[in-house]
Amino acid sequence: MTTTATATTATTATATDRVELRTGTDWTPVCDWAALVPGRGVAVLLPDGRQAAVFRDHLGRVHAVANRDPFTGAYVLSRGLLGSTPDGRVYVASPLLKQRFDLLTGACLDDDTVRIPVHSARIGSAQPPAAARQHHPAGPAHRGRNGAARGRV
Amino acid sequence: MTTTRPTVLLVGYGMVGHRFLEALADSGAADRHRVVVLAEEPRPAYDRVALTSYFSGRTPEDLLLGEDGFLDRHGFELHLSSPAASIDRAARTVTTADGRTFGYDTLVLATGSYPFVPPVDGRDAEGCFVYRTIEDLRAIESYAAGAKTGAVVGGGLLGLEAAGALKGIGLDTHVVEFAPRLMPVQVDEGGGAALRRTIEEMGVTVHTGVGTRTVLVSAEGRATGMGFTDGSALDTDLVVFSAGVRPRDQLARDCGLTVGERGGIAVDENCRSSDEHVFAIGECALAVDGRVYGLVAPGYEMAATVARQLAGQDPRPFTGADLSTKLKLLGVDVASFGDAFGSTPGALDVVYSDSRAGVYKKLVVSREGALLGGILVGEADQYAALRPLTGTGTPLPVPAESLVLPTGLAAPAALGGSALPDDAVVCNCHNVTKGLIRGAVTEQGCGTVPEVKRCTEAGTGCGSCLKLIGSIVTEELAAGGVEVDRGLCPCFAHTRAELYEIVRVRGVTTHRQLLAEHGRLRGEGCEICKPTVASIIASLAPELPAVSGHILDGEQAALQDTNDHFLANIQRNGSYSVVPRIPGGEITPEKLIVIGEVARDFGLYTKITGGQRIDLFGARVDQLPQIWSRLVAAGFESGHAYGKSLRTVKSCVGSTWCRYGVQDSVAMAIRLELRYRGLRSPHKLKSAVSGCARECAEARGKDFGVIATSSGWNLYVGGNGGATPRHADLLAQDLSDQELIRLIDRFLMFYIRTADRLERTSTWLERLDGGLDHVRDVVVHDSLGLAAELERQMAGHIAGYQDEWAATLATPDRLRRFVSFVNAPGVPDPSIRFTPERDQVKPDLAVLATVEELLRPLDTVPRLSEAR
Repeated sequence: MTTTATATTATTATATDRVELRTGTDWTPVCDWAALVPGRGVAVLLPDGRQAAVFRDHLGRVHAVANRDPFTGAYVLSRGLLGSTPDGRVYVASPLLKQRFDLLTGACLDDDTVRIPVHSARIGSAQPPAAARQHHPAGPAHRGRNGAARGRV
Repeated sequence: MTTTRPTVLLVGYGMVGHRFLEALADSGAADRHRVVVLAEEPRPAYDRVALTSYFSGRTPEDLLLGEDGFLDRHGFELHLSSPAASIDRAARTVTTADGRTFGYDTLVLATGSYPFVPPVDGRDAEGCFVYRTIEDLRAIESYAAGAKTGAVVGGGLLGLEAAGALKGIGLDTHVVEFAPRLMPVQVDEGGGAALRRTIEEMGVTVHTGVGTRTVLVSAEGRATGMGFTDGSALDTDLVVFSAGVRPRDQLARDCGLTVGERGGIAVDENCRSSDEHVFAIGECALAVDGRVYGLVAPGYEMAATVARQLAGQDPRPFTGADLSTKLKLLGVDVASFGDAFGSTPGALDVVYSDSRAGVYKKLVVSREGALLGGILVGEADQYAALRPLTGTGTPLPVPAESLVLPTGLAAPAALGGSALPDDAVVCNCHNVTKGLIRGAVTEQGCGTVPEVKRCTEAGTGCGSCLKLIGSIVTEELAAGGVEVDRGLCPCFAHTRAELYEIVRVRGVTTHRQLLAEHGRLRGEGCEICKPTVASIIASLAPELPAVSGHILDGEQAALQDTNDHFLANIQRNGSYSVVPRIPGGEITPEKLIVIGEVARDFGLYTKITGGQRIDLFGARVDQLPQIWSRLVAAGFESGHAYGKSLRTVKSCVGSTWCRYGVQDSVAMAIRLELRYRGLRSPHKLKSAVSGCARECAEARGKDFGVIATSSGWNLYVGGNGGATPRHADLLAQDLSDQELIRLIDRFLMFYIRTADRLERTSTWLERLDGGLDHVRDVVVHDSLGLAAELERQMAGHIAGYQDEWAATLATPDRLRRFVSFVNAPGVPDPSIRFTPERDQVKPDLAVLATVEELLRPLDTVPRLSEAR
């Protein structure tokens, strides 16, 4: 799997906007932006049966990672709380044994040898569903607010 | 091989004997000797200093010294109920009372002392006791059941202990002391007067300056009263002789060892008797300075002296000991140290005396201002700081008068560790100097008091020096440039208790606002501060404007850990467990059937919990509302097993059914559980109510435990099970229902206000300055003037309580979160699967071991396990 991760600013998102994850070459709408509570996540089921955890952070950015907690195998990361490190990296802490995973890179902050898959995520307008907006260009090399494409997994 | 090891035979297994064995083990001498112990009493060594606590609920087992398996681990051979009867020094054998003979290469006598009973008529009557062993206490306890009045002969340390015990079991108590004042050995006239006033205020009658002439005896041979040397008399049902102790040296006398004129086995500075193969240690020994030491600390030093010789280490001769002591007698602090009576030539006194408050403080100083000794009665907090300075010859760092004035009258004289020279002994029990403690911090990396305790043993005896150790550790860390970060998490430099105060005083209602205004980072927050702040806001919700009482409303929803977020307990495969509240463990058959039906219909694994409830495991998040609508309809409510909040109040069946019960423990448990349900706190709270002293509800293993007495309830606090078990301490006794509830209200709210995150009441009690005494002052005596506010806060909680599950089911917005997948609400999570075990289910962990790429597309999900 080769997924490029991004964080997407959604300060202009509206109640009708939708969160989209990239699946292959498509962007798949997974939930309403309004369904996300800042600081926590939801689980979504992708068309191929995989589970992703989708989060909204306190700056209004959306992040998506695999929902599986690699330490326990349980599909629970969507139920973890978000936090940020002193240098500003946003992570999710597993609700089971509390390991933290960087949401941009998927790297586990408590164990160098562990990394989880990261999905590209963006805010798309509901009308039309998959239309890209000007500041969210869709495409294989989609770049987030911070510029670089990150973390091949 | 092993049979050729020389035999060390220890006669006497009291506190000093036990310390000797520990010293053998620590020094490695245990490996090179066969060690045999003859004990007179039917149980291993116990803490005789704390004997009186037997009457406040500590069992003989609680008082035992040494961890489980100590003797076995070191191969020590213990013979209980085997008093030694004679010593054959030529054959090097000891024969027990029942005729068994034990050989030795080295004999160590630690036979202790016996209570001195003055030769008065009638002293052997029924109803006359001594106060030395657990058996003595048990005899007093059972005899006192039919008694109204008790008298103690002897107003010294042990006499006052005994008086406290008699008072504790409800007797009209008298103390008779021959000297003109109480504790004549430790305190002077002024101190004795302060002590007497305080003790009399407690209802103990004190007679000083009179001797006991006779015990009056009835025709049946029972004690009925006492006649005194001044001609007066006293009616009393029982008499406890506690007029001092005498060394038990009879064995030594009988075999021709040298004993002192006034008793005691004469030993040299190596604790060796007149026979080179025989040592004597503790209260039975007459030390080289001509004294018999009746305190435990010198006995411990003698034990170490002998163990070092047996280990072949450098000798540490015992030439005498400091008799400094600090005690709490009948709740009064009494300390006496150094040259307490000012007998050093040229010694001067600085005295403060307040007879209204029962406080007396005297410091004895040299002409140059060095501290020589002192007496503190009624307020002895400074003992720990003053004693190590005593006799160092260094002039006091502050004027002596500032040290005796009560706080508030003078600028507080801070006598921290910095005032002490390195060779000052900080822990008297284990002879640990300030230098050793500093070394533990600077060289061995100890950064906290518990680490220093483990590393040096300092503070593990009587504990009076713990505060001083704390200040030495802090000073040392600061001097080393180590900053102790007390902050809750990287986001906040404040402790939980400080954040609680900020939220309370400033009325902060969100984590975001608190982080913006008081955080040291301005980011997302973290998984530590979010739930902590949520808990603080929930605890204070009744008094915060515009905060919903429901933990899933507003920003609160974003802060909760997954358990609180789904009002259930996450399990290892991502499923949840459900625990309905069963107050006091009482449940109707109808409700039991409902639980059974729900579990059956949803395929849940059921298990009875330790808290007398039923846990239903294996629910998916999307099943939780369905499960709870059935439970709520049947009258159940949330058990808060998922929250840092009150879990359960366990109970025994109580006086309604049990032939031993003295109070209705079930009714009280239900009342308490319903009162405190839903209360958010720094950690989970557990409780129990026992209907009699048999303690079937195990209340003393709980954060707050209640045990019935014939006249009310005893309240214990700070108990814990789990990895670090701790028996709860008695906070107050013989309370009415109303008094009990009022004290628990205050206790819980004080804990919520001041504890750290995830700090159970047991660790909180031990961490707080002043410990249990401080909590008792605040909660029982309202020393901070907080009681009314704490009670009001609890009333607010009770008024605002709602069942979280019923309230959640009633609100579509709160229910939205209960889906496995937000984009496929009807689809169950395929990773949550079960396999059978013992007629129930267990998580199928094989599914979880499957890496994600191998999972099949959605349409084949139901056959997931076959796909592997």
